[in-house]
Amino acid sequence: MSHSLVTMSYIVATILFIFSLSGLSNQETARKGNYYGMLGMAIAIIATALSASVTSYAILIVALLIGGAIGARAALKVEMTQMPELVAIMHSLVGMAAVLVGYANFMDSSTNLIGVEKTIHEVEIYIGILIGAVTFSGSVIAFCKLSERISGKPMLLPGRHWLNLCLLIAAIVLGWMFLQQTETGGGSIPLLIMTGIALVFGIHMVMAIGGADMPVVVSMLNSYSGWAAAATGFMLSNDLLIVTGALVGSSGAILSYIMCRAMNRNFISVIAGGFGTGSGGEAAVIEGEVTPISADETAQLLLDAKSIMIIPGYGMAVAQAQHTVNEITKLLRDKGKKVGFGIHPVAGRMPGHMNVLLAEAKVPYDIVYEMDEINEDWDHVDVSIVIGANDIVNPSALDDPNSPIAGMPVLECWKGETTIVLKRSMASGYAGVGNPLFVLENTRMLFGDANATMQAVLKALKG
Amino acid sequence: MKIGIPKEIHPGEKRVATTPEAAEQIIKLGFSVLLESGAGINANISDEAYKEVGVEIVDNAKTLWKSADIVMKVRAPEQHPVLAVDEIDLLPEGGRLISFIWPAQNEELMQKLAAKKATVLAMDSVPRMSRAQKLDALSSMANIAGYRAVIEAAQHFGRFFTGQITAAGKIPPAKVLVIGAGVAGLAAIGTAKSMGAIVRAFDTRPEVKEQIESMDAEFLMLDFQEEGSGTGGYAKTMSKEFIEAEMALFARQAMEVDIIITTALIPGKPAPKLITEGMVKSMKPGSIIVDLAAEQGGNCALTEKDQVVVKHDVTIIGYSNLPSRLANQSSQLYATNLRHLLTELCPEKNGTINVNMDDEVIRGTTVIKEGKITWPPPPPKLSAAPAPQTEAPAYVSVQEQKKSFIPDSVKQFIPLVIAGLALFGIGSVAPASFMTHFTVFVLACFIGYQVIWNVSASLHTPLMSVTNAISGIIVIGALVQVSSPTLNISILAGLAILIASINIAGGFLVTRRMLEMFRK
Repeated sequence: MSHSLVTMSYIVATILFIFSLSGLSNQETARKGNYYGMLGMAIAIIATALSASVTSYAILIVALLIGGAIGARAALKVEMTQMPELVAIMHSLVGMAAVLVGYANFMDSSTNLIGVEKTIHEVEIYIGILIGAVTFSGSVIAFCKLSERISGKPMLLPGRHWLNLCLLIAAIVLGWMFLQQTETGGGSIPLLIMTGIALVFGIHMVMAIGGADMPVVVSMLNSYSGWAAAATGFMLSNDLLIVTGALVGSSGAILSYIMCRAMNRNFISVIAGGFGTGSGGEAAVIEGEVTPISADETAQLLLDAKSIMIIPGYGMAVAQAQHTVNEITKLLRDKGKKVGFGIHPVAGRMPGHMNVLLAEAKVPYDIVYEMDEINEDWDHVDVSIVIGANDIVNPSALDDPNSPIAGMPVLECWKGETTIVLKRSMASGYAGVGNPLFVLENTRMLFGDANATMQAVLKALKG
Repeated sequence: MKIGIPKEIHPGEKRVATTPEAAEQIIKLGFSVLLESGAGINANISDEAYKEVGVEIVDNAKTLWKSADIVMKVRAPEQHPVLAVDEIDLLPEGGRLISFIWPAQNEELMQKLAAKKATVLAMDSVPRMSRAQKLDALSSMANIAGYRAVIEAAQHFGRFFTGQITAAGKIPPAKVLVIGAGVAGLAAIGTAKSMGAIVRAFDTRPEVKEQIESMDAEFLMLDFQEEGSGTGGYAKTMSKEFIEAEMALFARQAMEVDIIITTALIPGKPAPKLITEGMVKSMKPGSIIVDLAAEQGGNCALTEKDQVVVKHDVTIIGYSNLPSRLANQSSQLYATNLRHLLTELCPEKNGTINVNMDDEVIRGTTVIKEGKITWPPPPPKLSAAPAPQTEAPAYVSVQEQKKSFIPDSVKQFIPLVIAGLALFGIGSVAPASFMTHFTVFVLACFIGYQVIWNVSASLHTPLMSVTNAISGIIVIGALVQVSSPTLNISILAGLAILIASINIAGGFLVTRRMLEMFRK
């Protein structure tokens, strides 16, 4: 394939990627968008493989096939509740690939650049590997936190901001040392040390971020993986990589920003970590008695209600209760009740987590509402059911300025007639914040595993 | 302990102090329950129903009063019409009585009960606190009274409540004015509203505006600043100027509305006179006034207690026994209130009561303890209205001060200036080949921003997994290096291809799987 043909293929691929992303921002066009993405990727890979710079195909084909098979298997096997983990671990792969490509490029002696161009090229390699390594280690930690291999609590080292600053300065100094090496292939020691530092930095950064901010972290890492690809593009003077990397990077950044706005959080402070630890005064202690309710009484309440709102949270995902919830929804809708789902933007452990689960259970998406769509209408809701959610329905976010989640918009379900909260026990939420909702007069607590209790409610509704 | 429930003797009183459901619960607390035969008959509850749950039926009132340790009633004790004795005389020395008492209005009764060395708990004196709501009989009865007031008005009103346009002509909706938006007022608003009337409401306490509007009624604003909230969520007497402004408002409204329901009461005082004879005269013929304050003298000057009178073509309903007109329902609620009070009095569930004067609820309810008058109680510490928050505003102002170091207008330009300088710096040293790539990069960032900005929240996860797959484009970088003559580079590139293609295949396929599940 001639150089121009390859470039033309790249342009087509780029356009397809843009279509893919814009398709994905709307429910109707989403599926088409995904196919555009696949097509773009196929064109890009084939064009590159047929270009003049690729001559040996053995390693290429074997690696592609093995990798593709592993990826496909993982995609088909994964449980929908494990989506956050899968996405996080895949981000780490991109980071890893960026590091490998960076090193490969660094060892490549065929480029003969001099002067400023050489410096720029080396800076590109250096930055590419840096971003790649941070993405890699950060994503691995995010994966471990999400799959609960390590605790979700923020780990705060003393003077962590200073530590980060030291790591940054060390990286800059090493970068300067790296640039001082004249001969091609020299400077590998600063590069290796820098890689180590970047890995430590990635680990430290994600370790310090609390569980409730995990959705932001996942989309932030998504953004990083894009920047890593873009840096690689600069390194290889490949416009396709630059454009695609920039697309992914900026879309990830915007997504993180949207999430932060939904939680009323400053983007910088989320990334700096340690959420929920630095507030001025003591948060108000919650006192009062909870009013428990049985599954049968819950069913009775539901049968008496006209308008029902279900608020799912991470607890529903853990208990795999979405199918039972859907059956209850169907039953109630058949009885002529208005049933809706209220989804908080940060419910679950990654953006849109609840929507995916509900879609898996085949809940029609036109009865699934966003927070802003329903927060005005709680007066008309007779019964709201909170399934395994805590912080997103915490009134102290609105009225207690000392609460760690103060200012975060929440689903104001307590304004409805009755709120039923499904909970395993009286433990606090992922953010470690007490919830005065539980002791409100119009709140009833239904204790037990979400799936088991929902099953019991379903049985009572049928019986 | 034995709890005795006598038959109510007040003329027209149909309620009874316990129901079979409540009695069952009371028996579970360890008490035994005695009931005068026929006590529930006016509330449509037969003696048999009581017997079924284990209540002992006693034939006459005398035996009942004598053998009961605690007597629970609805109305305060009065002259017995059949036995020709006062109920107080039936109460044994040192006996215990739980009923409505109205200690402020019934001083003589209080003295007599004290002379008997009795312990008396007044259901009208339950303090207004969150914890005591479940035994607040005034609220539960007021709710019924409010509902019934509208029904009584409808009964005497010659027209529809709701507006209709029919083949036989247009029917205008009734206009209802509710004065006093306490529990009864709100219940009346809700009932009238659900029947289709146009409802307006007035109250001296500004904080109830929200409650009135939540019932979909119009709150009549008075162009006058005065706080009308007394302690414990009740209204207080207002200044002369305020009352004049209020009366002017009522006079205007009287000419307009069809039905006035008044519920204005000030604790321990005669009801304020709000509707004068002149206002009644100005009302349209066929209008209705329902005076829920009739018992305390009435809000309307022409009200006659327990009577329906027609004056100046306006029907004025002065029933003081509205809850009793829904005897079964109000007995049920009142019985539940009493049961809750017993639960408070008997925390150990052993069938004996402990009048614990350290408990704020019991302290407030008890008006005579073993012959000693303990009314009025010290003012309750907790008000129903939330205490004004003092800390929160301070917090906000600190934040604002922090912000003001750099003016916002300057602040928003800082990132732009920094970005501009950085770009200029790069441009001054970078070679042309770099600049073309850089142009592409910056433009692509903007495209990404534009494309993603309007993404719907439900698609966040698929979007992330598809961008994740697309960032697998890094495989291109590895592809161009895999054919390098150096073995090390080939191996590194091969590894990179391997893991990037996991990403590509996994990302696209899992997105597809997710999107398949979204359906309408």
